[in-house]
Amino acid sequence: MDTFVLLTITGLALGAMYFLIASGLSLIYGLMGVLNFAHGAFITVGTYATWFSETKLDAIGSSPLRFLVAAAIGLAAGAVLGALVEIVLIRPLYLRHIEQALVTVGLSFVLIALVEAIWGPTERIYPTPKWMYETTTILGAQIPNDRFVEIAAAAGVLLALLGFLRYTRYGLIIRAGVENRAMVTALGIDVKKAFTLVFAIGGVAAALAGVLAGVYYGSVDPTQGTSLLIFAFIVTVIGGLGSLTGAAVAAVTVGLLQQYANYYASSGTGDLAVVLLLALTLLVRPGGLAPKVAH
Amino acid sequence: MSDPLLSVRDLHVYLGPSHVLQGVSFDVPKGGVTALLGRNGVGKTTTLRSLLGLVRPRGSVVLDGQDIARLPTHRIVGRGVGYVPEDRDVFAGLTVKENLELAERNGNARYDLVYELFPELRERGEQKAGTLSGGQQQMVAIGRALLNENRILLVDEPTKGLAPLLVTEVARVLERVSETETMLLVEQNLGVVKRIARDAIVLDGGRVTYAGPAEELLSDPARVRSLLGVSGAGGH
Repeated sequence: MDTFVLLTITGLALGAMYFLIASGLSLIYGLMGVLNFAHGAFITVGTYATWFSETKLDAIGSSPLRFLVAAAIGLAAGAVLGALVEIVLIRPLYLRHIEQALVTVGLSFVLIALVEAIWGPTERIYPTPKWMYETTTILGAQIPNDRFVEIAAAAGVLLALLGFLRYTRYGLIIRAGVENRAMVTALGIDVKKAFTLVFAIGGVAAALAGVLAGVYYGSVDPTQGTSLLIFAFIVTVIGGLGSLTGAAVAAVTVGLLQQYANYYASSGTGDLAVVLLLALTLLVRPGGLAPKVAH
Repeated sequence: MSDPLLSVRDLHVYLGPSHVLQGVSFDVPKGGVTALLGRNGVGKTTTLRSLLGLVRPRGSVVLDGQDIARLPTHRIVGRGVGYVPEDRDVFAGLTVKENLELAERNGNARYDLVYELFPELRERGEQKAGTLSGGQQQMVAIGRALLNENRILLVDEPTKGLAPLLVTEVARVLERVSETETMLLVEQNLGVVKRIARDAIVLDGGRVTYAGPAEELLSDPARVRSLLGVSGAGGH
C-alpha cells in the first residue's frame, strides 16, 4: 500500500510539471497555431536564472526566503523571454507556421548552447530549502515534501489560468481567439497583444516547471528542459490543443502511467506506455480529450 | 452630389493564383443601404473582407476622407466599420453575452438597442452560442456589429440559409438599422434588396458592371437576368 501511495503522489508531482509546461504549449498553439519548440529552453532559462540568482543572494540569510526570491527572478526571466520571443521572432513570421516552428527549433538550440557555454554542460546541485527534502508520512509512505509543493503549484496555476480565462477581458479574447482569430480582429481587437501575453504566461509556467524540476531531480543541467518538453508535447496532444483542463487530465494520466509502468512492469516501460497511450488517443480521438477550446 | 462615405478605387485582390478582384471601383454614399450584388464566386465576400483588411488588397479604400487600405483590421474596425460575416462566425464556446461583450469597443455599448431589436438575446444571455439555431446565431452576429456606433456596416448575406419568416425578420431589422447607419450589403435575396437598398453595385468577372439606383436595376428583368443570372426580385 505504501509503495502505491508513494508512486501515486510521485506520479501526480511529475504530472504537475508536465501540466505546467503543457499549459503554455497548449494555449500558444490553440491561439496562434505556433508549435513552440523553444519551450524547453524557457524551462532551462527559468531553472538556471533561479539557480544563479540563489548563488548571488547571500545577503538574504534565510534559505527558504532566498530560494523564493531566486524563484521569483526565475519566473520573471521566463515571462520576459516568452514575451521577447513572441515580439522579436514570432510576430514577423505571422501566419507562416512552418517558419515559426523552425525559428523556435533554432532558438532552442541557441539558448541551450548559450547556457552550456556560460555554465558548462555538467549537472549542478540545485539549492533547495531543507524542508522540501524532508518527508511526510501518508498511509505508511514516506513522501518527500517537494512533491506536495509541485502538485499544489500546478493546481494553483490551473485555477489561476481558468479564472483568468473565465473572468478577464483578455481571457475572453484568448478563448475567442482559439476558436476564430480572424473574427476577433474583425471585432476591432488587437489580437497581437493577446499573443504576447500568452507567450509571457507560457514562459512563466515553463519557468515554474523548471524551478520545480530542479527541486524534483535535485540538480540542473542544460538539457533538462528539452527532456521534459517531449512528454509535455505528448500531454498537449492527448489533452487537446488549446484546452487547459484537457492538458491537466492528460498530464496526471501520463505522470501516473509512467510511475506505475516503471514499477509494476519494468524500469523503462513507463515511456513506452506513454507513447502507446498517445497512439491510442490519436486513433480513438484524433483531436485529443477536449479539442480546440480554451477552458 | 456630396462626397461619398466610402470610396473604393482600383481594388485588386489575389487569393493564391486567382486574381479575384481586378480593379474594382465604386462609391458608397452616406446613409441608406447600398447592395453589392453578383453571381456566386464573383468576389462579393472578398470585397467586404478586403475593405476590412482581412485579405490584403492593392488599390485605395477611402473612408470619410482617410485611406484605410493599409491599416490593420482592428484599426479599420476602430474607425467605425462594423462587420456581419457570411457564416455568422459566432464564437460557439462562448455564451451569447460573452459574444456581445467581446465586441465592446468603448464605454458606449448599445445593449439597449441590441436587446430592443433582438429581445431573445437577453433571454439567452447565458446560453452557449454554439447551441443556438441558425437564425439565433444570425441575431448574435448582427447584434455584435450593432453594439457599437458604426460609420458603415458591412453585412454579408445575412439571410443565407434562414427560413422565410426569419428572412422577413432580418430584413425588418436591417431596414430599421439603415435609418441611422450606412450599410454595404451583400445579399442574394433580391426581395430583401428591393425592400431596403437604395443603390446597387454589381460585380462580374472581378469588376463592377453596374453602379446606380437599385430600383432601376431591379425593375429591368432583362438586365437582372444578364447581370445576376436570376429572374428578378420576389417577395419580402
